[in-house]
Amino acid sequence: MQELLVISGKGGTGKTSLVAALAALAEDKVLADCDVDAADLHLLLRPEVESVNEFYGSSKAVINADLCTRCGRCREVCRYQAITDGAPARALSGSGQSPSSGSRQSTPVFQVDPIACEGCGVCAHTCPAGAITMKSNLAGYWYISATPYGPLVHAQLGLAEDNSGKLVTQVRQEARRLAEENNAWLIITDGPPGIGCPVISSLTGVTLALVVTEPTVAGWHDLERVVKLADHFKVPVAVCINKYDLAPEKSREIEAYCYEQGLAVAGKIPFDVDVARALVNAVPLTACSRGIAATAVEALWDSLQVQLVKAFNSK
Amino acid sequence: MIITVASGKGGTGKTTIVTNLALALARKMPVQVLDCDVEEPNAHLFLHPEFQEEEEVTLPVPEVDSNKCDGCGKCSEACAFHALAVAGGRVITFPEMCHGCGGCALVCPQGAITEKPHRIGVVARGQAGRIAFAHGMIDVGHPLAPPVIKAVKKRAAGEGLTLIDAPPGTSCPVVAAVKDSDFCLLVTEPTPFGLNDLKLAVGMVRELGVPFAVVINRSSLGDQRVERYCRQERIPVLLKIPFDKRYAATYARGKCLVEEYPDWVAAFVGLWQEIERLVSQHARVAGN
Repeated sequence: MQELLVISGKGGTGKTSLVAALAALAEDKVLADCDVDAADLHLLLRPEVESVNEFYGSSKAVINADLCTRCGRCREVCRYQAITDGAPARALSGSGQSPSSGSRQSTPVFQVDPIACEGCGVCAHTCPAGAITMKSNLAGYWYISATPYGPLVHAQLGLAEDNSGKLVTQVRQEARRLAEENNAWLIITDGPPGIGCPVISSLTGVTLALVVTEPTVAGWHDLERVVKLADHFKVPVAVCINKYDLAPEKSREIEAYCYEQGLAVAGKIPFDVDVARALVNAVPLTACSRGIAATAVEALWDSLQVQLVKAFNSK
Repeated sequence: MIITVASGKGGTGKTTIVTNLALALARKMPVQVLDCDVEEPNAHLFLHPEFQEEEEVTLPVPEVDSNKCDGCGKCSEACAFHALAVAGGRVITFPEMCHGCGGCALVCPQGAITEKPHRIGVVARGQAGRIAFAHGMIDVGHPLAPPVIKAVKKRAAGEGLTLIDAPPGTSCPVVAAVKDSDFCLLVTEPTPFGLNDLKLAVGMVRELGVPFAVVINRSSLGDQRVERYCRQERIPVLLKIPFDKRYAATYARGKCLVEEYPDWVAAFVGLWQEIERLVSQHARVAGN
């Protein structure tokens, strides 16, 4: 089984549009959306959700007010300023969830700011009164869906939650299980942006990473960083320059850089309003257009299949 | 005042807004730009600051004194991040997993654990003309952005205007950037992606209780759904920037709109005035 991961130094370079377009071209594959922070692939693939599953992230500290002696030890040991002494930790915009806003205002109660809490548990270990427990936290959901282009595993992390890396790992595991079940040869994964924890979780052990970049100074800068990251995890890289004709000169510079680094430029996609149109109509580009961008994606797919075989055989 | 520019997702034009706003206002007031997109900082590519100092950002990670350690394993039991493991009676540490909470040193019965700084990134500070500038950059391969973001934010000067370029998304790094801001500008695009990501970002800023408004970038490449959503949710749309190949080319070369198209200066100054108005309005409502 092979795994093609589509990433970019940063968001907005066209990863998701490209993954959807490839999804409409490739056969016998499973799709995965690992951008669990702001998953978008479902907007283009119109999935019918078949199963909804809970995802538990790290634990958060909870203080039992009846046992708490307000000694303040927890606040001393917490390095994330997550313990407050009763005053609301942050302005809650009208949600009225702050327990301190009720009748207990006269006796300050130590509280945990769930957003600041990293779940290290140091407070629970050190509380002399045993008033603090760690409760695992429902941090999001992951889904298995059917789409016209094959099964899709996707997820949504709750707002302001951490542990996206863990959720990415979950999505990848499920995608692999599904691929085995369905005898699929390929998993196409829409990766998260950046080079941080969710990208690292997406990258380890994939057959080939396709980095989508744009011909801009920022695009180039981000490309260099993500290529370094892939190199760090020994993942082969191919590059696709999106909207290359918006700045042909920058495109040539990026191509020269790729050549120097020994990276294959698997495709160059021209700017084409059909891409925006496909997006607005929520249809994969290659399923609705015969234009210049769609043709370029088809050529990219041909080249990627060669790169995948190469990468797979050299493993 | 601290204004953070965020978006559900990257590539919507956060850096464009931050750099143009900074350049348009720098003639009128002290302006500082803090690039908190520490995975891929880009603002410096447009503002070209001269960097004057660079400082390492470190986390305190455990160091085990093997003479004192008896391999009891209390440290690895206590570690929520699997940054310590006991193998063959010896403790192995994984600094890249460590969040620096200090729990292992606290629970070690032998007092065998001390903490040493482990580099996870840098903060660089400099000056771009009149604009004070700082950005953070995590080391490639290191997953923890929030401590670097916090280190950049420590550079916020008290006076004048501080503009923060936030990382994309709605999870912990963004929260670290948006927290304690006076105002948040959400940049979006008029597409189904833009709308989906905007809704997530709106949920996030609402949870943080920061007043906010929307800027629509590439406003001519899409449909009306984002504006309709903003109307329904009573979210002010303060600026629209149409898609224009010339603007795309300007950005590609690392130039700013207000430099090549001075007409845009007034638009960004107007954006700032609207923000000022909304912030004082919010303060009045919150004060009552």
